[in-house]
Amino acid sequence: MIAEFGLASLWLAASLAALQLIAAWFGQRADGEVLARLVRPAAVIQAMLCGLAFLMLLWVFARTDLSVLLVAENSHSDKPMIFKIAGAWGNHEGSMLLWVAIMALAGGLIALIEHRLPEKTMLATLGAQAFVGLGFYAFLLFASNPFARISPAPAEGNGLNPLLQDIGLAMHPPTLYMGYVGLSIAFSFAVGALLTRNVTPEFARVMRPWILGAWIFLTLGITAGSYWAYYELGWGGWWFWDPVENASLMPWLAATALLHSASVLASRDALRTWTIMLGVIAFSMSMIGTFLVRSGILTSVHAFAVDPTRGTFILALLAINIGGALALFVVRAGTIAEGERFAPLSREGALVINNVALSAVLGVVLLGTLYPLVTEAFGVRVSVGPPYFNPVSAAFVFPMLLVLAVGPLLRWRRDRLARIRPAVIAIAAAGLAVLLAMWLIAGLALFPLLGVSLAAVVAVAAFLPLRGRSLARLPLPVWGMAIAHFGVAVALFGMSVDSAFTVEKLTAANVGDTVAVGPWRVRLAAVEPVAGPNWTALQARLDASYKGGAGQLLAPQSRTFWAPPQTTSESALLTRWNGQLYTVVGGATADGRWQLRLWWKPFVTFIWFGGVLIGLGGLLALVGRVSVDVRRRVATRKIAARRAEAAR
Amino acid sequence: MKGVRWSLWVLVAFAALVGLFALQLSRPKNDEVKSAMVGQAVPQFALGAAVSERPGLSNADLADGTPHLLNIFASWCVPCAAEAPQLAALERQGAPIVAVAIRDRSEDLEAFLQRYGNPFARIGKDDLSRVQFLIGSSGVPETFVVDGKGIIRHQHIGEIRAEDVPELMARLREARG
Repeated sequence: MIAEFGLASLWLAASLAALQLIAAWFGQRADGEVLARLVRPAAVIQAMLCGLAFLMLLWVFARTDLSVLLVAENSHSDKPMIFKIAGAWGNHEGSMLLWVAIMALAGGLIALIEHRLPEKTMLATLGAQAFVGLGFYAFLLFASNPFARISPAPAEGNGLNPLLQDIGLAMHPPTLYMGYVGLSIAFSFAVGALLTRNVTPEFARVMRPWILGAWIFLTLGITAGSYWAYYELGWGGWWFWDPVENASLMPWLAATALLHSASVLASRDALRTWTIMLGVIAFSMSMIGTFLVRSGILTSVHAFAVDPTRGTFILALLAINIGGALALFVVRAGTIAEGERFAPLSREGALVINNVALSAVLGVVLLGTLYPLVTEAFGVRVSVGPPYFNPVSAAFVFPMLLVLAVGPLLRWRRDRLARIRPAVIAIAAAGLAVLLAMWLIAGLALFPLLGVSLAAVVAVAAFLPLRGRSLARLPLPVWGMAIAHFGVAVALFGMSVDSAFTVEKLTAANVGDTVAVGPWRVRLAAVEPVAGPNWTALQARLDASYKGGAGQLLAPQSRTFWAPPQTTSESALLTRWNGQLYTVVGGATADGRWQLRLWWKPFVTFIWFGGVLIGLGGLLALVGRVSVDVRRRVATRKIAARRAEAAR
Repeated sequence: MKGVRWSLWVLVAFAALVGLFALQLSRPKNDEVKSAMVGQAVPQFALGAAVSERPGLSNADLADGTPHLLNIFASWCVPCAAEAPQLAALERQGAPIVAVAIRDRSEDLEAFLQRYGNPFARIGKDDLSRVQFLIGSSGVPETFVVDGKGIIRHQHIGEIRAEDVPELMARLREARG
């Protein structure tokens, strides 16, 4: 019954979305006030019903109800509870339901709390949201029903791919989806603003927390996904330019650009049409990403359940939503009044360069990801990898980082170079000093050399805007900006140093042998069998000592899962402040030795620390913006109450 | 309006993208990347011996008048171990098999051959995957049928399963005649 209850909730939620769309459409008319009043309650109830449907799915997974097809295909009664629950979204149908549920909840939240924009714009926004939502409901109900039954029910489920039985990965898809969905909200706001020709700083301020939220989740999702790939796949790499990775990077790039342009619109009422366009582009990148991943038209290491009908469905949604919004843009963009003007040397000017560079990188990644598809249409098969992506994106990212260093120091509207000269000299000196030191002492190659120097430049520059201001009274968003920019420097430093100084050792060792890798000496102390809840493993005990220091224990495993049968290598990592020792154990050789793969990766952890700092910066900005908004609301309410009292 | 004109291009680009996606969706998906070298002569190469008990491999060894199976493998590759019994069966049926070991170490290779058998007459050591690139192989294991003149006749991608053995023998006979 639980599954049927979930399905019924989903149908009801879909019909409420239809009501929301119709009411928003006709509510725009002069005589439509009754309908207009239905829109917000419809959004809220739709959110509750859709949330309920998702809870029902979690429930059937928690109980391992094998008469539900999705559970039988993706779960197993032996799995630990946390992975049973995570199994609910570790597959196509469940993840689409999660997407729709988050989208409905976000829509309900807007309907409940957002009253700053003119009501007509809000109606149009909620209507657009319902329109996008309806497409996904149709997709779920007609092409990917998560509650379908199977008869007769099998005695046991298929299990979840063991690579996915990992807590990091269990949280990875929901995190990315929050990001995608946040961008769908930004998209709805952009469409709402276009429809009602109401592109104002207020609109940017209303949209901004949603972009920020989406951006934070995308940042953390990408960071976590990268770390997961790093320690779980046992290759020692952290980014592979795989189409699926690019599919999450592209929305992030668009969201980063949107975040900055929305800032300009909110503060200075400039970049009006551009911000709208980016709002559409950012969501289209989420949808293109979803399409590429789910349709299976690209070859990727991420094998998802691939189904051409689903691909067609997502493509149709993509064409209708994004094509419609772009067409609307073409018709309406000309009627939107031009915003404020500004001089090239100004905060706005720097942010425009940031936007152009980010869009260029987005174009580079999009082109590289799709290029194999384009040539394939002409019968040529190619694959595009790091030799293209690394230098070409660096060519845009490196200059952008220079602008990032200087931009926050500039004043809005117009500035003089002479005013910021001392700061620029300080930044340049730091960069040049590091450049020379690294070149002369370490003899780095070009890209790592530029990377480390730019990291120094950005790190110094990140905190210069705080100079001469009272730190205690500094608004949180400014702190957020400084920390996020500093995070960029930290991540860049980690990437550059890792690529320049990593030491790798592949060897076969007897128990008792000692292997040297970089500053480490690693002794293979023992190899022993261990058993887990649904796997058995051979576990190596490694005794690692750094520069002759005390030994530390590492225990990498070669795991064998039995449902489904698969072998994975569980790497063991030893983290110091200045890097990570990364160990993998393989099978035995015929003469009784064990295959060991060891890496010493200096400062590699900085890559993910940087990612977390960027996310933290976003979080501070979000908290700052929302708390200001809440305070303003409380104040207006008090004033209104006082007025009402006075009138009495 | 200026704003309209550039956005029109975005719309056109988007339409082209959707068209491309639709075209690719409508085509049957084939994940195997066939070598463009099938039908052509094996390019010139000479590899040193990978293990002490077998000689290395050059393109001249492949053009010695008899057709060969050329197996691309590595000791670190799990499917390569899985196809060992099938390679042994092919050898028993009289197929001359030579091999290229990709990015491998001699001691690992010796252990691998000791454990899974050694059906190879020659094994070349290819530490940079050079030969793999030359003959258009995209992974391990792969098996090529090369005729007596050194021309690639057939490419088998992935491990050889029991049901693939008759087909490979037939391809070899074809290459002979």
